[in-house]
Amino acid sequence: MSVSTQEINKLINQDYKPGFVTELETDTFPPGLDEAVIHRLSKVKNEPEFMLEYRLKAFRHWQTLKSPDWAFVNFEPIDYQAISYYSAPKRKEDGPQSLDEIDPQILEAYKKLGIPLDEQERLAGVAVDAVFDSVSVATTFKGKLHDAGVIFCPISEALREHPELIKQYLGSVVPHTDNYFAALNAAVFTDGSFVYIPKGVRCPMELSTYFRINAANTGQFERTLIIADEGSHVSYLEGCTAPMRDENQLHAAVVELVAMKDAVIKYSTVQNWYPGDKNGLGGIYNFVTKRADCRGENSKVSWTQVETGSAITWKYPSCILTGDNSTGEFYSVALTNNYQQADTGTKMIHIGKNTSSTIISKGISAGKAQNTYRGLVKVLKSAANARNYTQCDSLLIGDKCGAHTFPYVEVKQPSAQVEHEATTSKISEDQLFFCQQRGLSAEDAVSMIVNGFCKEVFRELPMEFAVEAQALLGLSLEGSVG
Amino acid sequence: MLQIKNLHVSVGDKPILKGINLEIKPGEIHAIMGPNGSGKSTLSHVLSGKGGYTVTGGSATYQGKDLLDMAPEIRAREGVFLAFQYPVEISGVSNIYLLKAALNSIRKHQGEPEVDAMDFLTLVKDKVRLLEMDEKFLYRAVNEGFSGGEKKRNEILQMAILEPKLCIMDETDSGLDIDALKIVSEGVNSLRSPERSFVMVTHYQRLLDYIKPDKVHVLAHGQIVKSGGAELALELEEKGYSWVEEAVA
Ligand SMILES: Nc1ncnc2c1ncn2[C@@H]1O[C@H](COP(=O)(O)OP(=O)(O)OP(=O)(O)O)[C@@H](O)[C@H]1O
Ligand SMILES: [Mg+2]
Repeated sequence: MSVSTQEINKLINQDYKPGFVTELETDTFPPGLDEAVIHRLSKVKNEPEFMLEYRLKAFRHWQTLKSPDWAFVNFEPIDYQAISYYSAPKRKEDGPQSLDEIDPQILEAYKKLGIPLDEQERLAGVAVDAVFDSVSVATTFKGKLHDAGVIFCPISEALREHPELIKQYLGSVVPHTDNYFAALNAAVFTDGSFVYIPKGVRCPMELSTYFRINAANTGQFERTLIIADEGSHVSYLEGCTAPMRDENQLHAAVVELVAMKDAVIKYSTVQNWYPGDKNGLGGIYNFVTKRADCRGENSKVSWTQVETGSAITWKYPSCILTGDNSTGEFYSVALTNNYQQADTGTKMIHIGKNTSSTIISKGISAGKAQNTYRGLVKVLKSAANARNYTQCDSLLIGDKCGAHTFPYVEVKQPSAQVEHEATTSKISEDQLFFCQQRGLSAEDAVSMIVNGFCKEVFRELPMEFAVEAQALLGLSLEGSVG
Repeated sequence: MLQIKNLHVSVGDKPILKGINLEIKPGEIHAIMGPNGSGKSTLSHVLSGKGGYTVTGGSATYQGKDLLDMAPEIRAREGVFLAFQYPVEISGVSNIYLLKAALNSIRKHQGEPEVDAMDFLTLVKDKVRLLEMDEKFLYRAVNEGFSGGEKKRNEILQMAILEPKLCIMDETDSGLDIDALKIVSEGVNSLRSPERSFVMVTHYQRLLDYIKPDKVHVLAHGQIVKSGGAELALELEEKGYSWVEEAVA
């Protein structure tokens, strides 16, 4: 093995910085799942009756389903009875409190993660909902958003405060019957964010939710619902981390977006769940159903994701292009290292006339990781003049990793135009040497090349997050060269 | 500037350089000629620190330091520059981005602050003009889709901006058209200074018409078989290599 190959190998052995555990007193359910657990969950969360019914219906459906096995990932069967379905830091009552009531340990934990919840310290222009294990612990800038008519709150609060919106929209994009993990999520989801942007309102700041798994042996089942009413505009970002633990932990989220006529939703994710150690021990199983319904004419939804974490990622943020002239976009960077596995991509379902979709997927594999793009472009008969452009690029670092591309296309409308391009490249030793010969360290060279490879996706991220994403990729490839 | 003593280099079990001796003083220009496969690129690579070669004997001292002991990026930051015979393409990374990152890492090593964005642009545009390139090349991905000659010119652009002390040019002239050769040569000549030395690997006298070398060496079968002044190149052009190779054999 030449010097450069060794260096590449060293480079990709990452440290996971958010891997600390916060010691807290918690209210945690004992492991196990049955109807009694769901009753108890709904009760602790003080939910209206209709929610309990919804959960039970979903749970009964889930019991009839089998765990899916079609994705290009391998894992031991999950023991759902060994997981605790609720864990929350101890406190007086449910719902976020004012900052001085929050356990300083939690504030400290978020600070360490670079997410100060103190509004003074927070980046101006970004409101944050912080979800710690099963509950939302703080939502910043609520007042300012309220003045604009925007509702941004934990979903458990929305269940109580805005039941009419919940009844109308929850499960309207991802029904509880959609898939195995969606059914499970509908039965046991604990918290997440709720956003409603009223007609014609341009949300005055970026909204973001930060998910943190802290407790051991708990699953995180988050639920996010974003509704952009006619002519409104919103940009939303989620970030995620978890401590380093030897056991795998399950994160099964459902995200639903609804865009009405002329509305625009931009949804960005920077996912950095604990990926497991370099031997493949531990890490988060990230099984997520994310879907947007471009319900109204001229509506637009844009998914941008930067996925660097998790032991296994299984997610396909999708767009149902129902409204005429609606647009769906998917920009993705998925980096896998060591034994990480990612099976990710998107579905674009063209229903309305003149609908268009763009898919830009950048997969980076290093170590012994497997990275799969799986995408579906479906054009129904009704979608006259639908257009899709798909570009899937894979970058390999080292020679023990893999990249796979499965683009599925189903076109029922002859006027549709569907284009697909794919490339696979490798960071070569010659490229690294060239950069080193110009004075860059091998580490900087890899991160420069990776950043260059991801440029088209980073360009889509809101400014602050683009910087964060670049830093994260750098961190994920950080090693001991020198 | 550079002393190479009895340098032996192998790739795997195969010896390629078999006892190279060379001394280059500040301000000098040395041309290295020799048949295909004689080890010219190998020498350039070993001096600049490319992996995959094993030094089995001898030494190379650069500015009083053991060159072979330094990491490739340290050599670069200390002023060793290699203009590649076959420059690589790096998609997604713009030329100007690479140049800035490179210049800053060199400046940092030398204890200087990062270059100011405006000053950098002025510097780069100045050199682009010197080499009569189109500014558009700055914003294109490094060497991606460049013609053979454009890649070579791009190497010299990098050299002009990074201002190294020891410039190793591996067949920079190959692939350049007649006009480009003249422009690039003028660019190189403008970099000449009493503190800067050049090692030019070439097959052709043409280049040496523009850039007059102080010394010419013939490398054959991994050894320098003959050295002389600028006139040696003319003689080689006329007679080929066989007479020098035979003289040694
Ligand atoms: N990695 C390698 N593996 C095997 N042989 C090698 C390797 N690198 C170089 N060589 C051999 O070493 C010898 C010298 O190669 P080198 O590229 O240095 O020649 P050169 O003098 O630059 O030739 P040219 O004028 O054609 O550029 C050649 O015989 C070449 O095949
Ligand atoms: Mg050569």
